[in-house]
Amino acid sequence: MQTSSDEVLISRIANGDRLAMQVLFARHHVRVYRFVLRLVRNEATAEDLISEVFLDVWRQAAKFEGRSAVSTWMLSIARFKALSALRRKPEYELDEETAEAIEDHSDDPEVTLAKKDKGALLREALSALSAEHREVIDLVYYHEKSVEEVARIVDIPEATVKTRMFYARKKLSELLKERGIDRGWP
Amino acid sequence: MTSEHKEADGIEELLPWHAAGTLSRRDAERVEAALKRDPELARRFEMVRDELGATIQLNETLGAPSARAMTDLFARIDAEPKRAPRALGLGARVASFFDGLTPRTMAYASAAAVLAIVLQAGVIGVMVSKYGSGGYETASAPTTAPGVGAFTIIRFAPQATMDDITKFMEMNKFNVVAGPTAGGLYKVRVGDASLAAGDLNALVKKLQSDKVVGFVAPTR
Repeated sequence: MQTSSDEVLISRIANGDRLAMQVLFARHHVRVYRFVLRLVRNEATAEDLISEVFLDVWRQAAKFEGRSAVSTWMLSIARFKALSALRRKPEYELDEETAEAIEDHSDDPEVTLAKKDKGALLREALSALSAEHREVIDLVYYHEKSVEEVARIVDIPEATVKTRMFYARKKLSELLKERGIDRGWP
Repeated sequence: MTSEHKEADGIEELLPWHAAGTLSRRDAERVEAALKRDPELARRFEMVRDELGATIQLNETLGAPSARAMTDLFARIDAEPKRAPRALGLGARVASFFDGLTPRTMAYASAAAVLAIVLQAGVIGVMVSKYGSGGYETASAPTTAPGVGAFTIIRFAPQATMDDITKFMEMNKFNVVAGPTAGGLYKVRVGDASLAAGDLNALVKKLQSDKVVGFVAPTR
């Protein structure tokens, strides 16, 4: 019953309960941090931002209406904060070209494949996705958000969520192909 | 392209959510059925499961923030002005009710629910017929917004989570106007006053099959 517990905590936080805030923070801060870190790609910035996110939760708890799960609400706040930070300091975000430059492309795909297992290559390809594609993949696979919840967090229609996920996966296949793995899809 | 493949196209979009276990029961059953009859779809589902595993592994290697984040947060919270306590909203009261149950209480409650579900239909039936003309009123909580409209009394299924209940209420655009009673009943506005009695009965029949609902009956 974590969802209901989260709602109770938010009600207590709205009343100024500091302990409830500590419990909520302990329960969610790692996931919120990882979500933000995957967007801004800078650990110090991600740490600063999660303080900002939870401070907003403290301040806005009384306005929380329970229209979504508390975790969904917090990820929405986190996303807004991360994008604002990226707009202020765009150097936080590595563009695709820079990200690819970091990866080891000195070997041809066949040699790369021999050196690394499939899982490692898949993780490498996941890291090389654009911020938009990383975000939707993380929300669905890691943060276990439904189509509706992703739509709420990213502020796009549900149909767009499905399309974006499809194209993110398609891009993943292309990146894997560059690394010597042909998944035969799409 | 055959109709089966067209259907599979729609299903294929749902595979990531099926792998993550976040589809509705209905959609999950549709996907499961499609996976059984389409080997190519099943192969692609394995691909999705690989992505799911890799994404979890990737995120789990990201580490955790240092203690600085928490120290900084609570220093800022302590610097905030003190706030006056406020009354809990209905949603929070429902959540508090569930949250206050210990695992043992929940276990007893589950066992008792089998007996209660048999008894409650009779008890509530009597209650509705007895108070039906004057409208249902809760014993333990004041009616917060009697207003006008079409109403039902609902007891949510014991296994329904707060999330299930919230989604159910939002999806159907229902409002809780009173409750819970000691027996866990809520008076719920399910439509406006123009909803005909026949339509209300049809709606109640439909709601009876919803897994979130333990008991539902029309009331005034």
